[in-house]
Amino acid sequence: MELTANKFKANASKALVDAQLQKALGNVQKGFIGKRQKAADALPEFDELRDNARDIKNHVLAHLDLYLEEYERKVTAAGGHVHWAETAEDARRIVLDICQKANARTVTKGKSMITEEIALNDHLAANGIEPVETDLGEYIIQLRGEHPSHIIAPAVHLNKEQVEGDFRRVHTHLAKDRDLSEPVSLLSEAREVLRQRYFAADVGITGANFLIAETGTSVIVTNEGNGDLTQTLGKVHVVVASIEKIVPTLEDTSQILRVLARSATGQDMSVYTTFSTGPKREEDPDGPDEYHVVLLDNGRSAMLGTEYQDMLRCIRCGACMNHCPVYHAVGGHAYGSVYPGPMGAVLTPSLNGIDETGQLPNASTFCGRCESVCPMRIPLPKMMRHWREREFERNLTPAVARYGLKAWAFFAKRPKLYRLAASFGMPLLSLFGGTSRRFHSLPLAGGWTRHRDLPAPEGRTFLQAWAQREALKQEPLKQEAGQ
Amino acid sequence: MSARDTVLSKIRASMRVPDSDDVRRKTVAERLESTPTGVIPARAKLPKAGQVDLFCAMAEQFGATLARVSDYKAVPAEVATYLRSRNLPAEIRMGADKRLKKAGWETEKNLEIRHGASDGGDLSGVSHAMAGIAETGTLALASGQDNPTTINFLPEHHIVVLKASDIKGDMESVWAMLRKARGKGEMPRAFNLVTGPSRSGDIEQTILLGAHGPRALHVIVVE
Repeated sequence: MELTANKFKANASKALVDAQLQKALGNVQKGFIGKRQKAADALPEFDELRDNARDIKNHVLAHLDLYLEEYERKVTAAGGHVHWAETAEDARRIVLDICQKANARTVTKGKSMITEEIALNDHLAANGIEPVETDLGEYIIQLRGEHPSHIIAPAVHLNKEQVEGDFRRVHTHLAKDRDLSEPVSLLSEAREVLRQRYFAADVGITGANFLIAETGTSVIVTNEGNGDLTQTLGKVHVVVASIEKIVPTLEDTSQILRVLARSATGQDMSVYTTFSTGPKREEDPDGPDEYHVVLLDNGRSAMLGTEYQDMLRCIRCGACMNHCPVYHAVGGHAYGSVYPGPMGAVLTPSLNGIDETGQLPNASTFCGRCESVCPMRIPLPKMMRHWREREFERNLTPAVARYGLKAWAFFAKRPKLYRLAASFGMPLLSLFGGTSRRFHSLPLAGGWTRHRDLPAPEGRTFLQAWAQREALKQEPLKQEAGQ
Repeated sequence: MSARDTVLSKIRASMRVPDSDDVRRKTVAERLESTPTGVIPARAKLPKAGQVDLFCAMAEQFGATLARVSDYKAVPAEVATYLRSRNLPAEIRMGADKRLKKAGWETEKNLEIRHGASDGGDLSGVSHAMAGIAETGTLALASGQDNPTTINFLPEHHIVVLKASDIKGDMESVWAMLRKARGKGEMPRAFNLVTGPSRSGDIEQTILLGAHGPRALHVIVVE
């Protein structure tokens, strides 16, 4: 997709007044937050598992080269093929080559963010191979020519009426007067239409949630079963996965699985967790004749050993965006990049460079909810702050913000002056706050007040309020001492 | 330099490690050999009877239906009853699993049994699970002639037979079973962990059953 990360502010402004989108975004909070909390609460060991999941991935990242070698050895021993891709372009070329060798006309796809990252669909289509997305959400947005707005709920920005419109537009072979008013009828229709596509496809492409070094296994975690049909019914199964998906053993996979579904959808386990090892064997009545894994680097090796290394622990559960107030307000498309939300704000600058993506690490209130729910304990706000520092160092921050920061720094470095200015400013602002105690518009703060009010200060500065609070705390002590 | 060597050397350069580092190699080899288990939820640590009950309760919680029968001889009748109760034709697809074959299907004279992999035309399929995981009510199914993978996904109704003694408390016990059966580091081509029937929440985050896989999952536990 075209990267428009640096149009975040403009994209966000549009998103805030998009009534359809705002209605759909209500489902994010409704659909994810309570369910995750309930699932986490029901497992007393949840936080201990998070610690262990973090430690497992840290161990993997410290030995990534060696685990990759072991993984490759095991895949090859099981009759599979491992292809290494340094860049997105390399990965596209490798996948196309495999498809062409299989004389593929259509390929089915399981849901995969990595194939979004390498823009695989466009590349296949440009070379005469039709890619068919089979995950319901991915299928819907493919019909619309859109990209996922969420990493696990790609069509979360849409309402059912929009989906109905798309199905009527595309599925013209079906009766015009059919009833599609309920989500279940939309689901049934997609099921029927896609059933035929699995059997017609020559190649099935999936991503991977894990690559297990011990056994040379790729793992997909899904609820619909489309990924399994994709990889079982095609003659060739291609797995596209990035290098940090490695885990050492089956036991390590179990540890992370216990936090993955709970953090993502609030399920104890997703419906289908599938372990695939090599192609069809002699005694097998089904399964693909060929099994390929494309291992993608695309900038990840350069993140190792830097302040962004922790990001490589990410298991793409989506909890960070499900709990992000910015994501709730503007949705995933506003980020203008493959990966939206807090994890995208950290990962995208690593993959695409801070020059093109500087607005993303700024698209955060630093409320810290993303870090507090991250199953892999990734310090997302800290890393966004690192990116902001990089941006500032490289003079990429807009002039107004730079001058603003400089003006603030001038006062911040002179505490007496700061307090003096504040002790004049706060009562003044309080006075202008009037009876409503809110500002509907403020000079120099239009970006804030256009979409919400600014509460008027109550008149005292923070330091004054703090001093008074401390004094009150001392009061009872003094009384006690006196008695 | 090959793409493989480029990626590996980039990783080593970023981590500032040499490519021949015996200490790191030893650490990796030891971890792969010892397969440490980590944190096992307390709810999985139950005596055997408790594990079977927990499995049944969890499987039902996640949308499966459940029947407990006394022995394999009771399986064909249970399958027939299930099909009748759902108004399904008396036809099933089944693999070559010996435990299923020996169940004595001749008692169900009207039941048509098709063997081998599913071609997509089956409404109901019967599989035998390798194990059950009590912790989450999850079935573990291994691919092969005995239980073709396509039966797990193509039929609308998936009926899975499971021996009560194969129900384990946690996922880790199933890995131990696999290693015992196939040797360390060896896996069936496809190994499916199944928890409930297929579902999707992709339209307005409303959970609907029967997305691409089976609309219904029926588990028959053989005591």
